Amino acid sequence: MNGVEGYMYPNEISLFWSILIVLYPYITGLVAGAFILASLERVFRVEAVKPTYRLALLTALAFLIVAPLPLVLHLGHPERAPEMYFTPHSTSAMAMFGYVYLWYLMAVLVLEIWLDYRAEIVALSQTSKGILRLIYKVMTLGSNNVSPRSLHIDEKVGWIVTLVGIPSAFLLHGYVGFIFGSIKANPWWSSPLIPVVFIFSAMVSGVAGVMLLYMAIMKLRKQKIDMQCVDTIAMYMFYIFIIDFSLEMLDLVHRIYEADESFRSLDFMVHTKLYFSQIVLQIFIGTLVPLFLLFLTQVVKFKEIVRKRIYVLCGSLILISVFAMRWNVVIGGQLFSKSFLGYTTYKVALISKEGLLVSIGLMVLPLIILAVLLKLLPPWPEKRPQAAAAD
Amino acid sequence: MNISRRHFLILMPAAAVAWESVLAGTPEQAPNYKMSDHWWGMLVDISKCIGCGNCVRACQAENNVPDGHFRTWVERYHVDDYHLENPQVISPDGGKEGFPSVAEDPNGKFFYVPKLCNQCADSPCTQVCPVGATFVAPDGAVLIDQAYCLGCAYCVQACPYGCRYIHPEKKVADKCTLCYHRITKGLTTACCENCPTGARQLADLKNPKDPIHEFLRTHNVQVLKPQMATGAKVFYNDLDGSVR
Repeated sequence: MNGVEGYMYPNEISLFWSILIVLYPYITGLVAGAFILASLERVFRVEAVKPTYRLALLTALAFLIVAPLPLVLHLGHPERAPEMYFTPHSTSAMAMFGYVYLWYLMAVLVLEIWLDYRAEIVALSQTSKGILRLIYKVMTLGSNNVSPRSLHIDEKVGWIVTLVGIPSAFLLHGYVGFIFGSIKANPWWSSPLIPVVFIFSAMVSGVAGVMLLYMAIMKLRKQKIDMQCVDTIAMYMFYIFIIDFSLEMLDLVHRIYEADESFRSLDFMVHTKLYFSQIVLQIFIGTLVPLFLLFLTQVVKFKEIVRKRIYVLCGSLILISVFAMRWNVVIGGQLFSKSFLGYTTYKVALISKEGLLVSIGLMVLPLIILAVLLKLLPPWPEKRPQAAAAD
Repeated sequence: MNISRRHFLILMPAAAVAWESVLAGTPEQAPNYKMSDHWWGMLVDISKCIGCGNCVRACQAENNVPDGHFRTWVERYHVDDYHLENPQVISPDGGKEGFPSVAEDPNGKFFYVPKLCNQCADSPCTQVCPVGATFVAPDGAVLIDQAYCLGCAYCVQACPYGCRYIHPEKKVADKCTLCYHRITKGLTTACCENCPTGARQLADLKNPKDPIHEFLRTHNVQVLKPQMATGAKVFYNDLDGSVR
């Protein structure tokens, strides 16, 4: 049969989870990682990364708004998606998505951004004109008090929200890993390490994403990149990436050493169908190369321009690597038969509901949303308006 | 509460729609059928299966199973003495039209294995459904409320036996229901009825007079992938260790 080697159960020949389901953990991972970077400054007082604090929050929000779209688009009946909220099945990991998502969106991200920007929103609602004035007025939610005491309360509550946000970010992405890790029918997924690996790869991808965005936006705005900031981000990225890589290798070595009934089948898959995406792209180009380069930046004093180039290269490779990791988990987990006797093939359609163009659109959409958010809520210190008067 | 005639006229159709929604997943009424009196499963006697494909054809005709998807299928195993762990398995078009003939193999054996949903009592597919659209009925049949299913395919991933698929037209999960519309009326399943050798037998484990009890006591019967601990209720007689 076309695209099938060996024996697949006849219902397994086509994949039921497509590239859209690859995007889903990738996008939620970027959200969780961006938030963790923001919390570095807010909770752990790493002052050096302050220039990216607000950008990280807005990036997390832009990607979080898009996060459920690939899931909903993939459903056979998207119109029934609200049933997950109204009649969730208590034993289903997936049923919790709606609640974890809403909690993270409304109780963490939106609240933190609102508290952080509230004084500026109030000022903008007084100084803007036309439709913008109306938008800012709505965004104040009727809370116009910007007295020092009130702002102090904002600061305190914002700190608590960030504190709650850290475990929430872990929950958001760890739970995505659990969706896969808890499927005992699939030995490629079934592992308690999967949620942990997902969390660390999420952190590294989100941090890399915000770092690249920060550098690109500074370039576009013709402003100087704060090198102390990106050096610090790169250092954290390096350490998190080491943990992530160690966990992934632990998983791999454990599988190889244990060599259970599925091993021969999975080993064959890694050496054939997943060879490029896993060995070449994810492990070699996407992990070992950036780890080596980042290591160099920690031990050798490079010139600023060299460091910038290394960071851009490493950030890009990390984003590719983490995408490849999601691909290898989601698609790789469906390429072999649960009989362990055969393999199938996945080809991404260009134009279809779950095709390449839609996927590209879903990756561009958060950037468009981010551009609007940056316009609406400028994170740059020099653009901060002063509140006209305290009520 | 006072309801005016105008309000009543508005509420009636809304109530009718709501009631239809409530009833959407309810199986067709069967007189005298009491769910709690049954616990359905199936017995598959591998030594009797001749790989004719009658069961697959009967199932597809009875349940309008779309081409390329299978509520039941038949596999042919070829196990030789030197590769006990790596059997050669085929199932051309689910074994619907039977199998190509083969010469006797002095160093190995051929046998047929009919497959279908195992109607697991602890089914991993029902566990993961985000809205509970698939469930274990009180009579042990694992069913899908297709008017409620989102079509997320999480259950397809969770089934260790490859028994589920997404229906290409209905865009919802689909699988063997043990011909629920038939068994609740006292009939047997389409596959059992059309098996010329009696290799498949519907079994009611709550019926003390069902011959399944005697059979289970006196034969070497196993379930597929027992390590999955799914509480499978499709019992295989003469199951070779190489079968997955």
